[in-house]
Amino acid sequence: MVFGNLSEKLQNTLKKLKGKGKLSEKDINEAMREVKLSLLEADVNYKVVRQFIKNVKERSIGSEVMESLTPGQQVIKIVHEELIKIMGEQESKINYSSNDITYIMMCGLQGAGKTTTTGKLAMKLKKEGKRPLLVACDIYRPAAIKQLEVVGKSVDVPVFAINDKTNPVIITKKASEFARKNNRDVVIIDTAGRLHIDTEMMDELVDIKKEMKPNEILLVLDSMTGQDAVKVADTFNNFLDVSGVILTKIDGDARGGAALSIRSVVEKPIKFVGMGEKMDQFESFHPDRMASRILGMGDVLSLIEKAQDAFDAKKAAELEQKLRKQQFTFEDFLDQMQQMKNLGPLDQFIEMIPGLNSKQLKNVKVNEKDFNQIEAIIQSMTKNERLNPTIIDGSRRKRIAKGSGTSVSQVNRLLKQYNEMKKMMKKFSSMEKMMKKKGNRFKFPFS
Amino acid sequence: MAENKIGIFKKFKIGLEKTKKNLNTQIEKVFSSYKKIDDDMLEEIEEILIGADIGVNTTIEIIEYVKEEVKKNKISDPNEIKNIIKQYMLDALSEEEDIENKANQKVILIIGVNGVGKTTSIGKLAYRLKNEGQSVIVAAGDTFRAAAVEQLAEWCSRAKVDLISNIEGSDPASVIYDSVQAAKARKSDILICDTAGRLHNKKNLMNELNKISRIIEREYSEAKKEVLLVIDATTGQNGIIQAKMFKEVCQIDGIILTKLDGTAKGGIVIPVQKELGVPVKYIGIGEKVDDLQVFNAEAFVDAIFS
Repeated sequence: MVFGNLSEKLQNTLKKLKGKGKLSEKDINEAMREVKLSLLEADVNYKVVRQFIKNVKERSIGSEVMESLTPGQQVIKIVHEELIKIMGEQESKINYSSNDITYIMMCGLQGAGKTTTTGKLAMKLKKEGKRPLLVACDIYRPAAIKQLEVVGKSVDVPVFAINDKTNPVIITKKASEFARKNNRDVVIIDTAGRLHIDTEMMDELVDIKKEMKPNEILLVLDSMTGQDAVKVADTFNNFLDVSGVILTKIDGDARGGAALSIRSVVEKPIKFVGMGEKMDQFESFHPDRMASRILGMGDVLSLIEKAQDAFDAKKAAELEQKLRKQQFTFEDFLDQMQQMKNLGPLDQFIEMIPGLNSKQLKNVKVNEKDFNQIEAIIQSMTKNERLNPTIIDGSRRKRIAKGSGTSVSQVNRLLKQYNEMKKMMKKFSSMEKMMKKKGNRFKFPFS
Repeated sequence: MAENKIGIFKKFKIGLEKTKKNLNTQIEKVFSSYKKIDDDMLEEIEEILIGADIGVNTTIEIIEYVKEEVKKNKISDPNEIKNIIKQYMLDALSEEEDIENKANQKVILIIGVNGVGKTTSIGKLAYRLKNEGQSVIVAAGDTFRAAAVEQLAEWCSRAKVDLISNIEGSDPASVIYDSVQAAKARKSDILICDTAGRLHNKKNLMNELNKISRIIEREYSEAKKEVLLVIDATTGQNGIIQAKMFKEVCQIDGIILTKLDGTAKGGIVIPVQKELGVPVKYIGIGEKVDDLQVFNAEAFVDAIFS
């Protein structure tokens, strides 16, 4: 996951500060040198790093921090706030045209992932009830038009294309007429990848912009980009006055410094992030949540939203009741697992849990295969066995193992886990009662 | 031939011109604005090196090395520093002469993450090798990305070489297998295999690559095997991790550094070669069929510093 490494390094550095009852200027300087190196390693632009460090230092060396009872926590808080500041504070949404077709123009360097992203964006908008049309304006790269057509088909969104001999400005004009006739309300223009210093090609984008007056001009940028990211974004912005950035390939392990730099240099928000090659792997970007994730504070909001998308609310309420009454059966276990699967890859999801730092996460490699095995075991139980696991004796275990293609010891292990889970729930419910007495207090993730 | 040579040299220079202009003017400014070597000057050089994506570790090493040299040789002229750094980079990029084993046949496997320019590089490489008088076959191993085969087909027709392909979504290993058989039957000198772009942290995709590599090994053991990793010059420090992870699943013999015609400096290849010993073989400097050049460390470093 993007930011993983940066996250680990920052957390380690800041942890050292936390343990100290008193901070000297030297402590802070040392920590900031390490923070600086971590940021540079993560490809954050060196100018941005310089400013960031300066800001954190100035605020940290002030007397209110040094004299506070928990100076370490204060510094972490400052780092967190400054991180949010450089990434932009709030989520930014697509600006739709209020009374006409909305035009969105995609642009970027070669290989940033424009065409794939165009498809993903179309799918997202379609889910929100829009009727998008994709326009193929990459007349240069061999088979680019074909690629967009395939992508469009996979998300079931129409693609407007002429051929690779027609000027993109004319293509967009015709596409606009087509959209009007066919009752489309968002037109997404996929343009050819180009170098920001190729003036002739940049002028082509300027021409399209003049003709179409897009509501959004989105710069697509590879999250693995190094120090050049800022220059690229800055130049595109100078030519086109872009309205936002889409960061792609964040499922790689790049440290994502570009995301931290762009906002503060170009002053344009990152609107979306793309991860993976599947068309639904596309999300809105929440800078505040991302900053928390980097510092290991978790991202509870995204977690909840994801869960809300994937879980069946009624079932969840039922389950909660059962958990409280400790009537949790294997039937529920199976249900629960199926809902978990709807959430997508487990490790992506675990990252958002607060209090788990990146180092701990490294050891939690969720094996989806184990999951399938557990499922097979439960499915090999009779209904009665699922509801009353206590009746599962030796010969039943043997039968279940055979039926699920596992071994008796694996069945035993699952039964043991189930019992432990029940015990844990008992604890939870008594803890809850205690919490209610003491008043709700959340633990700070760094403690 | 002589004309051709001049052409290539010129192209190389033009391609690197922007790279050069950018770093060069900055560096020149630093060297000319300082009368003596001090910490401020070194810090400014440090930022320039980091700005070129050379990376924190290598940059620190270079600065340490400069400091040592300055002390050892009692250097006081700031302009001398340039040569010291230049020499350091040249050493890092130097390559032992390839002892060409005289196998008649060769298979080149092209790998890399998504969007670095694998397919384009293959088109240019096929064109280049064909013009050197070799018979070339290309295997369309990217059966995953939409229209990847069509894109490669267009490049192959530009380079006038044959393409072996299957439908989108088919097993890439089977395409590679078929292509090896075709290369054998047609007695081709060179088989170039395209692969789908894959992020190096996706385990299954990396295993698939390992399988492809094993098939080539097994089915075409008589051919000389060369694996080239394509790295985009705009890549940041992730480039090192990419190279490391790819190296874990198959040997890497060289790097094709693409998109050097932009403002990115491609400095990442210095730590890559230093840490992994994988040399840069070619550079991509444009979108035309002849925009692939043999890498020349001297020219690369010269273009940055001269």
